[in-house]
Amino acid sequence: MSGIPHDSYEPKTGFEKWIHERLPVVGLVYDTIMIPTPKNLNWWWIWGIVLAYCLVHMIVTGIILAMHYTPHVDLAFASVEHITRNVNGGFMLRYLHANGAALFFFAVYIHIFRGLYYGSYKAPREITWIIGMLIFLMMMGAGFMGYVLPWGQMSFWGATVITGLFGAIPFVGEAIQTWLLGGPAVDNATLNRFFSLHYLLPFVIAALVVVHIWAFHTTGNNNPTGVDVRTDSKESVKKDTLPFWPYFVIKDLFALVVVLAIFFAVVGFMPNYLGHPDNYIEANPLVTPAHIVPEWFFLPFYAILRAFTSEVWVVQFASFITGGIIDAKFFGVIAMFAAIAVMALAPWLDTSSVRSARFRPMLKWWFWLLVVDFVVLMWLGAMPAEEPYATFSLIASAYWFGYFLVILPLMGVIEKPLTPPATIEEDFNNMYGKSADTPAE
Amino acid sequence: MFKKLTLSAITALVLGAAGALVVGTSAANAAGGAGHIEDFDFSFEGAFGTYDQHQLQRGLQIYTEVCASCHGLQYVPFRTLGDAGGPQFSEDEVRAYAEQNFEIYDEELEDFRPAKPADHFPANTSAGAPDLTLMAKARAGFHGPYGLGINQFFKGIGGPEYIASLLTGYTGEEKEEAGVTLYENTAFAGGWISMAPPLYGEDVEYADGHSNSLHHEAQDISAFLMWSAEPKMMARKQAGFTAVLFLSVLAVLLYLTNKRLWKPIKYGRKDD
Repeated sequence: MSGIPHDSYEPKTGFEKWIHERLPVVGLVYDTIMIPTPKNLNWWWIWGIVLAYCLVHMIVTGIILAMHYTPHVDLAFASVEHITRNVNGGFMLRYLHANGAALFFFAVYIHIFRGLYYGSYKAPREITWIIGMLIFLMMMGAGFMGYVLPWGQMSFWGATVITGLFGAIPFVGEAIQTWLLGGPAVDNATLNRFFSLHYLLPFVIAALVVVHIWAFHTTGNNNPTGVDVRTDSKESVKKDTLPFWPYFVIKDLFALVVVLAIFFAVVGFMPNYLGHPDNYIEANPLVTPAHIVPEWFFLPFYAILRAFTSEVWVVQFASFITGGIIDAKFFGVIAMFAAIAVMALAPWLDTSSVRSARFRPMLKWWFWLLVVDFVVLMWLGAMPAEEPYATFSLIASAYWFGYFLVILPLMGVIEKPLTPPATIEEDFNNMYGKSADTPAE
Repeated sequence: MFKKLTLSAITALVLGAAGALVVGTSAANAAGGAGHIEDFDFSFEGAFGTYDQHQLQRGLQIYTEVCASCHGLQYVPFRTLGDAGGPQFSEDEVRAYAEQNFEIYDEELEDFRPAKPADHFPANTSAGAPDLTLMAKARAGFHGPYGLGINQFFKGIGGPEYIASLLTGYTGEEKEEAGVTLYENTAFAGGWISMAPPLYGEDVEYADGHSNSLHHEAQDISAFLMWSAEPKMMARKQAGFTAVLFLSVLAVLLYLTNKRLWKPIKYGRKDD
């Protein structure tokens, strides 16, 4: 499976050969978990395992929750209470699922930013990156629809606001919105289809995860130096890499367990911290909450959505040249999706010859500013749409686009990158005080 | 490795904390023009806090004698009054309590009958009052500082504090607006609430002789409503604690395994 030369599975016993000739599944598993992995991977590389765990965690807790949940506007809220009060272990189950979504997004954001810092998106890993972005989009869809299911006030009004975004599309928007909702407003039909899709999406994600893993197993992992594994011979490969099992499995498991210890502390001791109090009030179409706030992991993109009001000249310009077809609302929707799209286009926007920001003295700073920008956008997304937050949102949104559309292409031209180590082996030996000429055993 | 690990861990924590702050903010904005919430001390606060069985029983008494006339408690089954980690009445006491205090409309009988342990507390919307089952989780008491919600880490989200502050927050001022009497309340967002002061102190006579001052009554009913919102809180904290304990032990073992596994790779077999 891997493009990096390594020892493949050889069936030994007669039985193994018999199986292998008919279905080479043992070989597939062997080649997958024995993949040569750059031995200099640091701790930022553990989030992939955390994410894989999250997907399984969400599917398992979700399937059990679905056995007890009722997707009906009159019964959904009560059925969630039924789960916490009457179902065996239900009081943990629901919080594990709700907070599991938070862990999932927390991990995916670190995973994405790790990719941005170390240039993991650059050739030849563009497809891995694009698939990753698709997974991220699917996660957002699943997360959004999952939040609607408890049928609290924020569920209902969040659904109303977000589906309203589609209503902003010129000409066909309202028809699309009605089609999505199954009626003129968020109601039983909406709840039913959201439940159905919420159950479906994780399996689509699982399939995409397989493709994601397949893609980077073909190219090999990136690593903190961004230097390629030497593939001229199996010997060179052995100097630069270690098999995933047991070295990285144990390392990743250790990290996963530490993350889970914190996760279970949150679930056990403060399970509602990440939630919104209003969602403990049953949905009521007649009472609008004072502030409609999405879940925390949507906040940065929500801030971008709201940043482009009709007072912004870019919006006025867009409105003018399209004869009013693109109004402020639609512009915001475009901006929100574009914020993810520009991230997906990073492989082609980044013009630098060097992958890792470790050797990019200028980009390094721009990158950390992007991280700060992201956190600031998250904060702004939770703030009311008024001054000074509106101006801050606009500046922060502009930087988000600026990073991808201006800084990434420009840096490749004006930045003078440092020289990365020649090999991964050299980097690894530098880290642990071994001179490069010590023979690797 | 350890330095790198520490560095990564710190960065992750900082990012996480930053995220968490932002989240607190979203809850912070829910209340709108927030009133003043006093930080009452409750026995169930903190990672090891537990419900005080007697306080829950006193709170139930206040609910029954005062709140129940307008407010429902529709998601709470009577039988759970006997559950461990709750008021923990005996089976007979629960049966007697349900029978003596509540009537349930039975669709088979097409008539009202005395409540049984299997029934839920009735919903009560006669006075337009909200159901109280989840009230302690549906309000955030603390949002600060500067709306960042950091203090929720230390004080909790503040639902029970909100209820207790509301009940003790009446100033005695009244005004009439569009034919509705409004009462000034320092805890209520906006400052004027349509609920008349429900408790004045000495509204109920506690069987155990506990003080029935307004302050104590407010705390007792708030504790009871926290239980009604989160009846499995003690079991949950215990499960969480057990999980953290086991995971921590496992983390130590995996750390040592990992260290040993990588040692020859990092420092060469000969130094082993």
